[in-house]
Amino acid sequence: MINLVYQLIEPRAFSIKFEDIDVAGKVLVRPRCMAICHADQRYYQGRRDPAVLKRKLPMALIHECCGEVLADPTGTFKPGDRVALIPNVPPKGDLGEFYENYVKGARFLSSGHDGFMREIVAIEPRQLVPFSKVPFEVAAITEFISVAVHAVTRMTKVAHSTRDSFGVWGDGSLGYVVCAVLREFFPKARICVFGHHPEKMALFSFVDEAYDSDQIPADLRVDHAFECTGGNGCASALDTIVTHCNPQATVMLMGVSETPVPIRTRDVMEKGMTLIGCSRSGREDFQQAIAFLEHRVFQQRIRRIIHVDAPVRSIGDIIRVFATDTRTPFKTVFKWEM
Amino acid sequence: MIFGAILAGGTGTRMNIVDMPKQYLPLGGGKPVIIHTLEKFLLCSRIDMIYIGAHPDWVSYTQAQLERYVPSQIERIKVIEGGVDRTGTIINIIEAIEADHGSSPDHYIITHDAVRPFVSLRIIQDNIDAVLEYKACDTVIPATDTIVVSTDGQVISDIPQRRFMYQGQTPQSFQLDLLKGLYASMSQEERAILTDACKICHIRDIPVHLVTGDVVNLKLTTLGDYKVSQAMIESGASD
Repeated sequence: MINLVYQLIEPRAFSIKFEDIDVAGKVLVRPRCMAICHADQRYYQGRRDPAVLKRKLPMALIHECCGEVLADPTGTFKPGDRVALIPNVPPKGDLGEFYENYVKGARFLSSGHDGFMREIVAIEPRQLVPFSKVPFEVAAITEFISVAVHAVTRMTKVAHSTRDSFGVWGDGSLGYVVCAVLREFFPKARICVFGHHPEKMALFSFVDEAYDSDQIPADLRVDHAFECTGGNGCASALDTIVTHCNPQATVMLMGVSETPVPIRTRDVMEKGMTLIGCSRSGREDFQQAIAFLEHRVFQQRIRRIIHVDAPVRSIGDIIRVFATDTRTPFKTVFKWEM
Repeated sequence: MIFGAILAGGTGTRMNIVDMPKQYLPLGGGKPVIIHTLEKFLLCSRIDMIYIGAHPDWVSYTQAQLERYVPSQIERIKVIEGGVDRTGTIINIIEAIEADHGSSPDHYIITHDAVRPFVSLRIIQDNIDAVLEYKACDTVIPATDTIVVSTDGQVISDIPQRRFMYQGQTPQSFQLDLLKGLYASMSQEERAILTDACKICHIRDIPVHLVTGDVVNLKLTTLGDYKVSQAMIESGASD
């Protein structure tokens, strides 16, 4: 079958690749809704090292996607089943104690391999997680939520067992979903969010405390922290995290910085803190994300950060949604009708 | 019911490949053009059955290709003998549909050239939506070249404004009863001239809705088209 793949060939320019897809052992999925990630936006705008762009492009963008099964020769799914697509492709076999999103040999669709901007995605059954009670426009950001699930789950495996309070640095989409996921895992914990945008923090209605990052009470302390700022905000976030964490806190690093970030190692050592790099997610995280999304209250919380743009039916529409995304405060989602 | 009608009656005389009609040439990883086209229709769950109108000499060959490439879907496909021309092939398909499923005002037919394998799911879905609402639709793209009219082949008789010009593609889709009635009303002379089903609608004052096609929905008419198509496709890529 001839499939159409919409590749970014250079920043802000798309072209169509035609591929004759081999469907043996694959499920054929029609993408229905997609969401834009900062990583997609960085490729689109060319805000990556030119050598990286040269190596990775042309490439189809988008790794946050849900769709509908068209056909499944493997017999795992039925036509019409709704599925979230997992962009991480780990090597087959027992991975032992290693997470599938960090293991050697894993591939990630939309980083070095085509993402989901395709007419049809031929994909292995292990890369699909079914859902039923989640609208497509919400399920589009399952991957994004699964990243928060992975971070919180990993924290619980590493951190000491005192989990009375959590600090989340960053009032963007990532900070929001990390807070929402923390609330599900720890209904009674004290969750504090730190940010610079009162209008964004107003949406965090389910956290206990919200602070301007520059006006944090001197005696405020949290047991563990999540760094969700990324970019230029990383340095100051880490600085205040070190100040406001209790001894032996675990800090999950989730924001992407393109430049080196200084860390006050003296204080990190003095407090015996643990810093953990955390990115992407695996199948279990997707399953947990879907389980959360099927709860009405969680789904409503997630819906509040989703802007659904007009459907994408042409390459001009792809360019439009990337422009829209620069103006929306949280997540940009769109129907895929290419 | 909604029926796909794949028109594969041609013998490919314009290709200079005398032995094989162009819809049976291998494309991409090696599947015949017609199979690539058919696979897109098979993925569309709104289409109940697909009829293929093949040249009488190629019916058994087509059937063998289906058994080789889409064995699990064989129940949804029927190969019948095409007519002497495009209109004849569509009429034969209409008759076969009515013989199998009876006549009904709720029957619709999505006709498509076997030699347009780059048709997208979006175009097929848009045809179904349009035909259900308007009873007749045609897939078109805006003309990019200036259209020059010459009635004697020697001098220009007209150059219409390009912004009103479109290039016709397929699918062309119709309510089955509507199309059957139009064909029944045609004289032999009309039938000799009117090879395009949408034109028949037009001259009978039946409005035909436009569906936006795609420049990549190429028709493999010449050997050049076929070679360009081969060059466009990367084989074997998937996850």
